[in-house]
Amino acid sequence: MGQFLAIVVSAVFINNFVVVQFLGICPFLGVSKDFKSALGMGIAVTFVMTITCLITYPIYTYLLVPLKIEFMEIIVFIFVIASIVQMIEMVLKKFSPTLYNAMGIYLPLITTNCAVLGVAELVIDETQMINLLGISSMNMGYAVLYGLFAGLGFTLAIVIMSGLREKVARLPINKHLRGFPIAMIAACFIAMAFYVF
Amino acid sequence: MKNDYKKIALDGAIRNNPTFKLVLGTCPTLALTTAAMNGIYMGIAVTFVLMCSNALVSILRRIIPKEVRIPAFVLIIATFVTIVRLVLDYFLPDLNDIMGLYLPLIVVNCIILARAESFASKNSLLPSIADGLFNGIGFTFALTLMGAVREILGRGEIFGTRLWNFTIDFFGTSAGAFFTYAVFIALFSLIIGMVKDKKIKAEKPELFDLNAEVK
Repeated sequence: MGQFLAIVVSAVFINNFVVVQFLGICPFLGVSKDFKSALGMGIAVTFVMTITCLITYPIYTYLLVPLKIEFMEIIVFIFVIASIVQMIEMVLKKFSPTLYNAMGIYLPLITTNCAVLGVAELVIDETQMINLLGISSMNMGYAVLYGLFAGLGFTLAIVIMSGLREKVARLPINKHLRGFPIAMIAACFIAMAFYVF
Repeated sequence: MKNDYKKIALDGAIRNNPTFKLVLGTCPTLALTTAAMNGIYMGIAVTFVLMCSNALVSILRRIIPKEVRIPAFVLIIATFVTIVRLVLDYFLPDLNDIMGLYLPLIVVNCIILARAESFASKNSLLPSIADGLFNGIGFTFALTLMGAVREILGRGEIFGTRLWNFTIDFFGTSAGAFFTYAVFIALFSLIIGMVKDKKIKAEKPELFDLNAEVK
């Protein structure tokens, strides 16, 4: 239980993917204009990140390492991610059109989201994960849990951001600051809030 | 012909600067600009991948079918990133540690995919390489500038040399990264706007003449 809590707190708050590790900034700035789409993007990313960890971790540990072709990891991972995204899209389209309508438009964007490739690269780096989570050794359960909660951390950040931006959009702001700069200043305050942890 | 290259250079490095104008490739920009030198390292790595991938995409542009072009581009980019990583791992392992996670993440850096899709897949070899080079220079310049500002203010150092003992810790943190980036985008937009106004003023002064009769 203590271990579980450590992963949750570390992945969601202390090492938040967006505001502390700077992963997934593109969707964080691009898809955070309103609350609903931010939540949809967050859930879609969490889903893909969890499944990615579930597949890439065993591929790396049980396939690439024994075959001594670890250097292929980038190419293999990006292909796994692209196929997962494609497959989720097809499955959703077939079995759950409502969910597809809600999540569909965000799915193609996720392939090039650095948070997804980032989590796949992070969970195979054993020394870093041990430092981050304070565990004795890495295994697949931890990898999947970390993927899930890092995704939830992403969702939390993007949802907070969308709330702020909905308010900021109504303010009269200098035209050079409008758009990305003011969004980044909002992100700056969110990042400061995360220092509490 | 010469004019074409001048346009590519100006568009890539200044007018459509990938970092300050288009706001692409934000993750390494925010994460690695704690020091000016990191910006140069990351910039060189990205420029190399950008030139190589642009060249290969341009050569293969008639062979790759339209439907599978994005996966094909990603595969090309991933190959070059793997090459960079292996070379760095062998010759400069320290550098590999500094860039850490952000080195493999060059694969999903939107600048490279954007240039492959919007320029290299439509143009011949030499202009594509030039486009890669100048976009890379624009990116390197932006990262180094931001890194220098954050290093001077956050650590009182420039390229590792101590300047003074006055530091503002805020600029070394992640909040400071967002803040610096925001200020730079706003300043860039302001300066480009001013240059544009000046150009229009030189060409059509009547637009700015308040006493001119409104027709």
